[in-house]
This record gives sequence, C-alpha cells and structure tokens, in this order.
Amino acid sequence: MSTAPLLEVRNLCVEFPSRRGTLRALNDVSFSIGAGEVLGVVGESGAGKSLTGASIIGLLEPPGRVASGEILLAGRRIDNLSDDEMRRVRGREIGAVFQDPLTSLNPLYTVGHQLAETIVTHLPMTWAQARNRAVELLASTGIPAARERIDHYPHQFSGGMRQRVVIALALAAEPKLIVADEPTTALDVSIQAQIIELLKKLCREHGASVMLITHDMGVIAETADRVAVMYAGRVVEIGPVSQVIHHPAHPYSAGLMGSIPTLDRHVQRLVQIDGSMPRLTAIPPGCAFNPRCSQRMERCTRERPELLPAGPTQAACWLHDQEVTA
Amino acid sequence: MLTVALLAFVLFQYVGDPVTIMLGQDGTDAERAELRERLGLNAPAPVQFAKFVGNAVQGDFGISLRQSEKVSDLLKSRLPATLELSFAAALIALFIGVPLGVYTALKRNSALSQLVLAVSLLGVSLPTFLIGILLILVFSVGLGWLPSYGRGETVQLGWWSTGLLTANGWKHLILPAITLSLFQLTLVLRLVRSEMMEVLRSDYIKFARARGLKRRAIHFGHALKNTLVPVITITGLQLGGIIAFAIVTETVFQWPGMGLLFIQAVQFADVPVMAAYLCLIALVFVVINLIVDLLYFVVDPRLRMAVSRGTGGH
Amino acid sequence: MNTIKRWWDSDLAWSWRHTPVAMVATVMLIAFLIGSFGAAWVAPHNPFDLASIELLDALLPPVWSENGSTNYLLGTDSQGRDLLSGILYGTRVSLLIGLASVALSMIVGIGLGLLAGYAGGRTDAFIMRIADVQLSFPAILIALLIDGVARAAVPRELHEVIAFPVLVGAISLAGWPQYARTVRGSTMVEKGREYVQAARVIGVSSTVIMFRHVLPNVMGPVLVLATVHLATAIITEATLSFLGVGVPSTSPSLGTLIRIGNDFLFSGEWWITIFPGLALVLLVLSVNLLGDWLRDALNPRLN
Repeated sequence: MSTAPLLEVRNLCVEFPSRRGTLRALNDVSFSIGAGEVLGVVGESGAGKSLTGASIIGLLEPPGRVASGEILLAGRRIDNLSDDEMRRVRGREIGAVFQDPLTSLNPLYTVGHQLAETIVTHLPMTWAQARNRAVELLASTGIPAARERIDHYPHQFSGGMRQRVVIALALAAEPKLIVADEPTTALDVSIQAQIIELLKKLCREHGASVMLITHDMGVIAETADRVAVMYAGRVVEIGPVSQVIHHPAHPYSAGLMGSIPTLDRHVQRLVQIDGSMPRLTAIPPGCAFNPRCSQRMERCTRERPELLPAGPTQAACWLHDQEVTA
Repeated sequence: MLTVALLAFVLFQYVGDPVTIMLGQDGTDAERAELRERLGLNAPAPVQFAKFVGNAVQGDFGISLRQSEKVSDLLKSRLPATLELSFAAALIALFIGVPLGVYTALKRNSALSQLVLAVSLLGVSLPTFLIGILLILVFSVGLGWLPSYGRGETVQLGWWSTGLLTANGWKHLILPAITLSLFQLTLVLRLVRSEMMEVLRSDYIKFARARGLKRRAIHFGHALKNTLVPVITITGLQLGGIIAFAIVTETVFQWPGMGLLFIQAVQFADVPVMAAYLCLIALVFVVINLIVDLLYFVVDPRLRMAVSRGTGGH
Repeated sequence: MNTIKRWWDSDLAWSWRHTPVAMVATVMLIAFLIGSFGAAWVAPHNPFDLASIELLDALLPPVWSENGSTNYLLGTDSQGRDLLSGILYGTRVSLLIGLASVALSMIVGIGLGLLAGYAGGRTDAFIMRIADVQLSFPAILIALLIDGVARAAVPRELHEVIAFPVLVGAISLAGWPQYARTVRGSTMVEKGREYVQAARVIGVSSTVIMFRHVLPNVMGPVLVLATVHLATAIITEATLSFLGVGVPSTSPSLGTLIRIGNDFLFSGEWWITIFPGLALVLLVLSVNLLGDWLRDALNPRLN
C-alpha cells in the first residue's frame, strides 16, 4: 500500500429525503483501498455497508443521493460524472458481485451471451473473439466443460456455479476494482469457502482490488488485508485485519469480535452488546455508539469523534484522543 | 369443453319450452304433440344429450327459434364480420398499447407519460358503449366523416364475406374497431407498463447496469424481452374480453356479427342460438389457450429445458 | 376523539391529505352518494310521479341553450321528464346494484378463499378449478348468459320482479373468483406463520382462526380489489341496461337512460344521452381514482 490508493472515499454523505425529513444514511465516511488490496467492510444490517458500495458504483437508488463528499478512482473523481460517463466506468473499471446469484442472471439469455455482451460493450473485440474469451473466463472460475456450458441457461447451473458465472461476468472487462456485496450469504456454507477462495485468487490474477462487504467476520478474517467496521452510517474503526480482530481499538469492534464463537480461543461466554443499533431517525448526538458503550465518557455524548490513530489502526473513539489520555 | 356442452344442453332442454315459443300461444294440442315428436323431445334426457353432442360436433345446432333458419347457417354468415372486427381491434390495441406502455415505463415523469396515464384512466372508466356513442356523435353526426352503422360493401370469398377489400368497407370498420380496441388498449398499456417497471427493478437489470451495458441494450434487449413473456399470456387470455365487448360494439354500430345475433337471441330467449354461441365461444377459448401455451413454450427457455431434460449442472 | 385523532395522523390519512387527486375524487363520490341516495330531497322533480310530468315540456334543451328553462336545468326527455332528476335517481339504481354486487362477491369470494387456503388439498383444488374456469370468461358474457337463462326460464310477468336479484347475482358471480384467489393466496401464507400454529396448538377452532387472525391481514389487497370491482360492476350494469337486458325501465339506471337517449342522437337532442353518460363517467372515474390512490398508499414497497 505504498503507492497511491486505487480508490479514495472522502467524507461521503448520503441522504434520503423522506416525508419525515431528510435522513442521513452515510455520515462522513472516509476510507481508501490500495491496488491489489482486499478491504473488508463489516457491520450489522443497516449500518450502511451496501449503501457505500452502491454509491461507489453509482447505482444509488433514488430518492437516495450523494449529498456531499468525493469518490476518487485512480485519482479521478467519479461521483460527479454524467450518466453516460459513469456507465463506461462500470464494468470496465469497477465490477460488481451481488448477493443472490439466482436473480442476478437474466433467465432468458445463455450464460455465453451475457458474458460476450459485457465484453463487447467495453473491449474492442468481435463477437467471436468475445465468445472465446468468455469460454476462457468461465473455465478459469472452475466450471468444467466450459465450452459446452457456455451455451447453457442460468437455470441449468447450481447456486455455487451461478455465483462463479457472476464472478466471471464481473471480471469480464478487466476492471481494477471489484465491489462484492455479500457474495456468499445466499450460498450453502460448504460452498462459501470455495467461492471466497475463487474470488480472492481471480482478483489476484487479474490484479484487481476488492471491496468485500459482508456481515460475516469469518469471511473477512480469511480473505481481507484490511477491514473497516461500520456503525450507524459511519466508519468507527479501520486497520489491518489481524490487528482489528485480535486487538480491536473501538468498543463496538471489541464487542463484535467477542460475539463470534471461535474454536481457537477458549471463551467462557459470548459477549453480547446491550441494546441495538439506532435507527436512522434516532441517532444519538455525539458518538452514535455511546448509549451502548461500557466505557462511555461524558464527552462521548456531546462530541462526535473523528477517526483517531490508535496504534496500527484508526478508531473513532475518544478513548484514543492523544491529547487527553496521556 | 364437455362441461360447456353440458351447460348448453341444460339450457336447451330445461329452459323454456321451445315448442311454446315456436308455435306461440295459439297452437293446438295436436300440433304441439307433433312438433315434440319431430324435435325428439320425448326421448329420455341422456339420449337427447348424446344426440345434441353428436349434432354439435357436426356443426348442427338445430333451428333458430326466432328466425327459423338453421343456427349453423346463421353463425357462419355472421362469423366473418365478428372476426374481422375483433382482429382489427386486437391489432390496434397491440400496436399502440405496447409501445406506449414501454414509453411510459421508461420515461416515467415526462409530460407525455402523465398525459397517457391520465387518458388511460379515463379509458378504463368509460364503458365501451359510451365510447361508441361518443365517436358516433363526433365523427358521424358532428363531422359527417364516417358512417355510423352497418358494415358497408362486402365481397364474398367462398363462404367468407369480407369488408376489407372495399374502401367503403374500411370506412365502416374504423369507428367500431377503435371502439372495441380502446378497452384492450388501456389494459395492454397498463400491463406492459407495470410489468416493465417491475422488471426494471429486478436484480439482473441491476447487475446489467453494474456491468456497464448500454442503456438501449438493457432496456430493449433485456427488460423488454423479459416483459413480453407474461404479457403474451395475459393478452391471449384477454381475447375473451374482446369477444365479449364485441357484443356491445356490434350493438352500438349495428354491425352484423355474432355478437348482435347473440343479443337478439337473449332478448328473444332464442335458446338454440344461445347454446350454439356458447359452444362456439368455448371452442375459441380452448384454441386460444392452446396457442398461448405453445407460445409460452417457445419463448421461455426454462420450459423447454424441463421437457427435454437437459444436463443439469453441479 | 382519540381514535379519530389517531386515524388522522396515520399514514393512510397523511397520504390522502397529500394526494389532491384522491381528495377531489372523494368529494365527487360523496356528492354522488348524497345526490343519489338523498334523491328524494335533492332532486328538483320526481320523474316517476306521473302527475308532475308536463308533456308540453318535452325535449327541452339544457338551461344554457335557447329554449332552456331554469325549471329543468339539464333539459328534458321525450316525455317531459327532468333529466337532472332522472340522473340522480338513475345514479341511485346504478350505485345500489354496484354496491350490492360487490358486497355479495366479497362475501362469497372471501369465504371460499379462506376455505380453500385454509383447508388445502382437494377442497382447495376444487374451488380453484371453478375459479380458474370462470376467470377466463368475461363478466359481461356471464351476466348476459344468466340473464338470458332467467329470462327464458321465467314467464314474462315475473321478469320485472326478478330483474334486480338476477342482475346483482350475475355480476357477483362474475366477480367472486378474484377475491377468492387473493384471499386464498394470503391465507396460505398466513397459515404457515407461527401465530396460527400457536393458536392451533392451544386448541382454538379453525373458523375462529380464519376470521379473527387471518382475515384482518388480508383486508388490504381486498379493499383495493373492491374499488376496482365496484367500478367494473357499475360499468357492467350500465352495459347490460344499455343492451336492454338489465334493469327494467320502471326504475331506470344510468345505462337505461343512455339507451333511451341514444335514439335521439341523430335528431339533435344530444343532451338526453350525453348527460347521463357524463354522470356515469364521473362516477366511475372517481371510484377508479380512489382505488388507484388506495393501492399506491397501501403498497409497502413504494414507501
């Protein structure tokens, strides 16, 4: 991560105007992803992980909109592009993998057609060349007899196979970044590991970075280089994976790690964090986590902490404010 | 089909006494008895049913009580009129309804879309006969451009009489066809629109956009194709609606088709005609359902595979 | 007072207050309802009171034309009957038949739907078969058939007496499958839910479960269906009356009025048919608009 980051998100704010007023779904989110790196993004449902991914690809569903902030890909701003320019970015520079492989593929077209179509849209090839490339891609995802199966329809594949096709589709135009939103959640547990392995391997081979969004810490632990923890529309901790898992600097991360059953540590009881994540309409002032935090100070109820350095990671918590604690 | 035949037969047999209707109140007892014998009304019910079905299959439905002609002849002479009208209306509905539906789905907020939707709501609230009357008022009485009743000149091709080969025939066809098509048009429009909006929200469209496919490819290559599949079935089934409303349209415009025949039969309690019409309609329905099923089979690959048991994947 | 306030603050009422179309439609509908059901007080004349009809006043145009008079705001027909009053009374007939048909359809449809969904198995298959067959037949055809059968089966004198029930019955018969389908689907979904199973374990009887628990959850889509159905029923009745096989001419509905007026179209007395037609369109339009609003307001996904 010594070269300039591939993706930079700076102070991203996403709002939803509703009849009860404007809801802030993402509040000042900042992070970066380096070339060839895998960044995991974890958090509970509703924390804003998928929204972040959607904003990056430019597929934010109206009435949601980017209120402020910047998203830069390879140094170039992509959050303010026209529709047509953004379309060219999608697929060619950023690929996406979504959760449900069954509904991600159009049932009326063969897998080959959908692959070739994507390739031809972005790369200067003829349809025949695109088809050959499609066969190669399919084979590289581990699907046997790719040359025959290229002409099969999506419903003729099993769930795991379909997700392989989806990954092939995401990589078809050689993007530099893949945004994977819960890529294994809809799959059988036995297949999840295979698919994650495949994703990691292929991205490494194609030289692509990955933004891996999931609520499954196990997947993150296996695959990611760095991890960002999100809570109530904010990033509360970000750092190298092993650091965040074994020595979490933010009380919320600590709670998260402690609530995962693991085989390699001897744990008496699973930690449970009291209360639940606040709804968008009722985010408390100051640090959003403060009502549930066992280490809450008076300051936490008033001022919202920025990401402060806490050793090798960064955490948005006043516990790490160097000027105060000494 | 058989259930319909049974229904028709029950109608025929037990509803009203055909003899009384035919002879009026004045026939003597002897005449009645003789007529009963001739019509075979004295045989037991199952036998009569079998005879009815046997006759029906051969196209013989007996004699109209009102006009004393063979019912099958009557139907044959009226069939072309209704069919031409129905097809004209169906074509109008499809060729205007589908494009408009697609347009209002894609450009949801444009002024034209709002206008189309408002008009379509009006269209659903207007009963067909009122539309016919209004059209007559404006185009026949008011402007005098188009004729308001009848079929105009027809040309006889074998047993089929067509009004399509004369300009006069076309002029007579326009107003009734538009009237008949309006209801269907609004239906098709709303259906295509809602289906397309639904499809545009689906995951595979989202994924297609995430892959950066061109907008035209997504809308017409993917979304439209997926939209049309269920639209086909429903439109096919709506054919029943066209036939029903043909009755109304034919009445308003005095169009000499089967619908008008049926109405007159109902008003007169002309049971044989009603029974025959029922059977014919049922036949049409069955045929349409069959065609729609076949079409579905051709268009949706999932059904094709299920039948040929293609190689499953794992 | 509290319940009213709670209702006013609810999402549904909020949506209504912010959808101008819905408010306009409601006002129109209420105007129709008051005008028609209160026809005895509101209408300037009584078109059925033979004593009050002046044949000399026949075929008068509406008040804003040359020969019009303020006595007959919308003109008169060939027998000197006031058109406005005729429309008010006619609307009452149309509304009555429409509402009755919808009510009957709902009862039959919901009942059968609950039964089919809850009982499952052969009862379900049987009921759904009938519903499917019936659904492919358009309402008008069914209504025409029943009417024709009734007409042929019953001697002429009784025609008028049975006309109403036959009409209502015919339209209801055409409409129940839709309700049954919807209710059945929802019932099957609810049947698998835990609260139903819990109730069964406790020993609550099936009928009670069906009505007390499942039914309220199903009412939303049913209400939307009912508005659409009301519009269709009114149109169907009007069409049948126009064709001459609907209500008897002693208590004409809007459809009958239109039919009578149709004969005068070519001789220039257009108002006799157009005004009842206009009333019909406005009535159905307001019902449809309300139905559209209701469907959008109750749709959880659009929020």
